[in-house]
Amino acid sequence: MARRIFARYLAPALVTVWAVTAGGAALRSAPPAEDLLVSRAEVGRSGDQLVLSQSAEPKTLNPVTVVDVVSRTVIRCMMADLIHVNRETQQTERALAKAWTVSPDGRRYTLTLRRGLRFSDGHPFDADDVLFSFHVYLDEKVRSSQRDQLVVGGQPVGVRKIDQYTVQFDLAESYASAERLFDGVAILPRHLLEAPYLQNRLADAWGMRTPPEGMAGLGPFRFKQYLPGDRIVLEKNPYYWKADRAGHRLPYLDNLVFTLVPSDETQAMRFQAGEVDIVSRVSADTFDVLARTERTAAYKLYDLGAGLDYSFVFFNLNDVDPKTLPEVARRQTWFRQVPFRQAISAAIDREAIVRLVYRGRATPLWGHVPPGNKVWVNRSIPQPARSLERARGLLKTAGFSWKPDGTLVDARGDAVEFSIVTNAENKQRIAMATIIQDDLKQLGMSVHVVTLELRTLVDRVLKTHDYEACVLGLGAGDATPNAEMNVWLSSGGTHLWSPEQSRPATAWEAEIDTLMRRQMTTIDSGARKQFYDRVQELVAQNLPLICLVSPNVLVGANKSLGNFRPAVLDHHTLWNVEELFWRQKRSRVGP
Amino acid sequence: MNGPGRHVRAYLSLLAALYASVLLAGPIAPYDPNEQNRNAPFAPPTRLHFVDADGGFHLRPFVYRVVGRPGRFDEYDEDRRERYPLRVWTRGAPYRIAGIVAADRHLVGVAEPAKLFLFGSDQYGRDLFSRLLFGGQISLVAGVLAAGLALGLAIILGGLAGFYGGWADEAVMRIAELFLALPWLYLLFAVRAILPLHIGAGRAFLLLVAVIGIVGWARPARLIRGMVLSAKHREHVLAARAFGATDLYLLRRHVLPQTAGVVFTQLALVVPQYILAEVTLSFFGLGVSEPLPSWGNMLAAVQRYDVLTSYWWMFLPGIALSPVFLLYYALANAFHQQTARPS
Repeated sequence: MARRIFARYLAPALVTVWAVTAGGAALRSAPPAEDLLVSRAEVGRSGDQLVLSQSAEPKTLNPVTVVDVVSRTVIRCMMADLIHVNRETQQTERALAKAWTVSPDGRRYTLTLRRGLRFSDGHPFDADDVLFSFHVYLDEKVRSSQRDQLVVGGQPVGVRKIDQYTVQFDLAESYASAERLFDGVAILPRHLLEAPYLQNRLADAWGMRTPPEGMAGLGPFRFKQYLPGDRIVLEKNPYYWKADRAGHRLPYLDNLVFTLVPSDETQAMRFQAGEVDIVSRVSADTFDVLARTERTAAYKLYDLGAGLDYSFVFFNLNDVDPKTLPEVARRQTWFRQVPFRQAISAAIDREAIVRLVYRGRATPLWGHVPPGNKVWVNRSIPQPARSLERARGLLKTAGFSWKPDGTLVDARGDAVEFSIVTNAENKQRIAMATIIQDDLKQLGMSVHVVTLELRTLVDRVLKTHDYEACVLGLGAGDATPNAEMNVWLSSGGTHLWSPEQSRPATAWEAEIDTLMRRQMTTIDSGARKQFYDRVQELVAQNLPLICLVSPNVLVGANKSLGNFRPAVLDHHTLWNVEELFWRQKRSRVGP
Repeated sequence: MNGPGRHVRAYLSLLAALYASVLLAGPIAPYDPNEQNRNAPFAPPTRLHFVDADGGFHLRPFVYRVVGRPGRFDEYDEDRRERYPLRVWTRGAPYRIAGIVAADRHLVGVAEPAKLFLFGSDQYGRDLFSRLLFGGQISLVAGVLAAGLALGLAIILGGLAGFYGGWADEAVMRIAELFLALPWLYLLFAVRAILPLHIGAGRAFLLLVAVIGIVGWARPARLIRGMVLSAKHREHVLAARAFGATDLYLLRRHVLPQTAGVVFTQLALVVPQYILAEVTLSFFGLGVSEPLPSWGNMLAAVQRYDVLTSYWWMFLPGIALSPVFLLYYALANAFHQQTARPS
């Protein structure tokens, strides 16, 4: 056992230390000029394919314009970034940048690129590709979703080429853990995308009809085939820049096959039948069904504990026009009162949600940072037990009273009645809304649960503001608070309860704005933590989002898949896809 | 009356009994259909016992209290220390019959903390038997009302088209074709998106009835038009017209009565279709919404893989549909035979 632990964990670490200190020592199978990164993972065997399922078809393979999760999952297997956040350790690590230095004021980053690397079509990679990529992402006309991330202190990041393998980045102000900015910014092949960019056709480039030869990236896989309505196949990138300790170039797998399996239930069944090798984000009830046959099955399930996702209910606090939305405006006189929101929070049975909706595989929440985010969670946020008594007391202080039949009425005598919307596709959210409805009935409130298609729902929440309350969830891609600037800044587009405010509507929102900006520009991590702790306190006191639960991350994979180390951070199962390998030769032909 | 007539009466009385039982859901159901028992999710149907743990026989059936196994979500054991005999006409959750008469007596029940889940419980620990009865109020009644609405529209529009012909016929029939060609489910999703969010339960129900009814008028209207078209050229109709009878008189006295057999047969045929339409709409979340039960939104739970594989009692609303459909189709058949018989 001890030897196995050594072989599996310590030996790779030692070898990595050696590899790093030797400055990327020459590898047996790699040409000497190539600066390969040596993976510390277990050495595996090459060959075979991995079959995955996705609930929808990818809409594009263009990393600049991609917005949907399904396309993003495919694209991230074909692309690479300069500095990467390791999903397992949650720390930054070298990727295409071999090394970097930071100026003392924290505003200038100088990155040294790996030499001798090639894109998946064999074309060499150098600083010009980096320059081009950042130029594209920062171009406002292109409207890439990465642009927000690359604007610091109101100024886009300045990019300058020092030599063929050195690039310098200048930030307008110091920025905490700025190297995390580079995570997810895929480096584009200038030789393929410059022409469409100059012709303003970049948005149309790399659609699903592009032939494989027209596409290239620096990721472990490259595009091979797309069969509409059926599957998309990626093949091994023969020029990938990582190798294992034995000197074999990664990835191990020959092909990645993403099959289209629209429903979660069918995905689980195909996984159970061995037709699909990995399931990500399984619901707790499906997880239980899979667990029943786990002992005899060829798969293993993993409950990774609380993730970064959190669910909440929130009220419409926008400045709505009483002429166009009189009903919403009338109810907002309740929603705007902090004691009203506190009463709702006190009346919600979070334990019941954990048990009935997630079968115990979730953590009740009182603040917006889930315990899965171990570094940033503020553990001093009070976690009061459910109390209808306290809820009634709070409502009384806010001027509410009860009619003899138990109906709650406001100071004007209007019965408290409102609707909670949520998206029809998400059974957990509907179940949470149903439980909240029953909880609030005990306070004399009449609540209707309305399910809408997600796009309609988002439109109502962010644009028309024609809703009263809503159950939704958010999940940050990274554990740092900077990933949620858009949610907590009052001017943010995802400031759900009242987005894109020109000026903060309340004093506490103004304070959150200040704190969020300060934590972003403070380098000292202790001070940052203090700022963000205060943000969590303000949110828990004022309850713009009444947090409910954080579901556990539940995944599963075939037992013979080597190096499968699922992570709490997204993407939970494919973050180290280049290291995955089959322990035995697979007999299966095709998915 | 004999033969088909006797069958019609038998089927009608069976259906009447079925409707009576769902309309009297209040007293028949042991519990409030929306009451959640959060420590009893997916509890299996409660077992009725005659023989106790010591082997003693009891004439009056009883149940044991069911308690969840610690740390398990859906596994239960009977606590055999105490018996809870079945009580008849017992006090329980208050309800209103037909929305008017308030009462709190239930046909059967057991003393708390035991529960009488005759058909088991759902995800929130709600009694499925009570929900099935109350859900039937919506599903079965919506079917009849919507069928009435659709056939009413069909008689008026089909009758006018057939009787007057010409441009009226053209207009009605082209509209009917349009209605038949529209992709209704998608249209209804779009309609739901623009409707106000908080619609009361009563209004949601009426809306559902109106939607199903209005969608379905076209097919029977074409049938009735054909009947009217042939009826208006019959000799006695022509004779009545020659004697100066008005259009209204002709329609009422001679033409529409000819369609009665078809209308009744159609009614018996389309009611189950409309029950199914309600079930479909609620299944997709377009009908009455939680926590109000309907057979459709109850069946929606069966979409889940765990429910599908683990909790057989959740299929009961689907199973309940089959005898209802069989009865209606048998009735339609009997109507058809009765009208087809030479008088």
